[in-house]
Amino acid sequence: MSATSIPAQPGPPLWLLAELTYRCPLHCAFCYNPVDFASSGPELSTDDWLRVLREARAAGSVQCGFSGGEPMLRDDLELLVAEAHRLGYYTNLLTSGVGLTPERAAALKDAGLDHIQLSFQDSTRELNDFLSHTRTFDLKQRVAALIKDNGWPMVMNCVIHRLNIDYIDRIIEMAVELGAEYLELANSQYYSWALLNRDQLLPTREQLERAERITNKYREKYGDRIRIFFVVPDYHEKRPKKCMNGWGNVFLTVTPDGTALPCHTAKMLPGLAFPNVREMGVREIWYESEGFNRYRGDGWMKDTCRSCPDKEKDLGGCRCQAYMLAGDPAAADPVCDKSPAHGVVVEALARAESGAGRTAPLVFRDPAASRRLAEGAG
Amino acid sequence: MSAETGTDTCPRVSRRFRLQWEEAQNAWVLLYPEGMVKLNQSAGEIMRRCDGSRTVSAIVADLEQAFGASGLADDVAKFLELARGQQWIEG
Repeated sequence: MSATSIPAQPGPPLWLLAELTYRCPLHCAFCYNPVDFASSGPELSTDDWLRVLREARAAGSVQCGFSGGEPMLRDDLELLVAEAHRLGYYTNLLTSGVGLTPERAAALKDAGLDHIQLSFQDSTRELNDFLSHTRTFDLKQRVAALIKDNGWPMVMNCVIHRLNIDYIDRIIEMAVELGAEYLELANSQYYSWALLNRDQLLPTREQLERAERITNKYREKYGDRIRIFFVVPDYHEKRPKKCMNGWGNVFLTVTPDGTALPCHTAKMLPGLAFPNVREMGVREIWYESEGFNRYRGDGWMKDTCRSCPDKEKDLGGCRCQAYMLAGDPAAADPVCDKSPAHGVVVEALARAESGAGRTAPLVFRDPAASRRLAEGAG
Repeated sequence: MSAETGTDTCPRVSRRFRLQWEEAQNAWVLLYPEGMVKLNQSAGEIMRRCDGSRTVSAIVADLEQAFGASGLADDVAKFLELARGQQWIEG
């Protein structure tokens, strides 16, 4: 084994992301749920999820995220959180806040929920309503208060893109006002619905640099009072991100219909059979399945990546992005300026600078659009 | 180098974190919203004794007895300073 090869044998699946449902009251134009989510199979039952929680914990999972869609739409959420807590997970709820009443918050507290991440589309009511396509702004302020009243640490998450990036100061100020301990300013990543809307969502370099400057100023101003994470948009970088901290390395996602994935968008990749938790145990899925083993190590890499001195830093980037932009999931992530397909990213950035395509209507995430798009693709 | 706080304080794990033994990792870990710090053996042995009831001196004495060692006070003080900086402990 050469000194620069990457081990193919992973540690335990430390992070379990339980996507309980694709149902969602919001219609975000940057949603990362698959575009064809409406054609997904039936949701796992309560008993299925309880078994998945036990199997993953036995395999070494310790962080558990309950996500979606909107996980509050599952009325067995409290039951699942209670079991996860009993098993020793640190339990995280990733929610838009819709459906989080004082009663359910109290029940989740009793169940042992450790933390809530509240997603927040923007700080101005009008823009928030526009981007999420429902009137949720007031509700989020109420939910933020509920989170604080129950003594949970609060992480606010706001997806940042061309239409709200210029309001980043107001977003940060609001997070401080609501008592958030952590704020994730997550620049949109261009998958699924966000890819459909890329012309409207990708910011210019000037917008991005201004937002980073302002974020740094607020970090100085508030210090330890709030930790602000600014997740850079990878299109504007020269090297790709180390996607999911490595394929099948830390993260295990289980989708609403029970498909086990190394990340929440991997189902799009062609030529890969991902196992279903209804048919295979978590340990076998993680260590033995073809889907999880395919892009571990560096044996799958093309020369561009295999010979690159940075390959251990980024592992060739994101397999989904390579497939979406270069047509080959084993290619270098086109975000990398060494990628033969890097021109695709350069062109998208040029369109952002010129404003091309900005006037096209946004495609909002909803079941009707999903079915239409799935038919179009088929 | 001496720690900023004295040896008669009783440090405890911060409410921002949960300390837990993880068999699968053979290590003590600190859990927090969507994240984890894996502690090395000595850090884990110090942190598990930070229960808010033991003074730093008592923690040092306990460690020296448990591991048949002596002169651990400086190492413990250095670690606690780092842990305070990371907000892993209070008090």
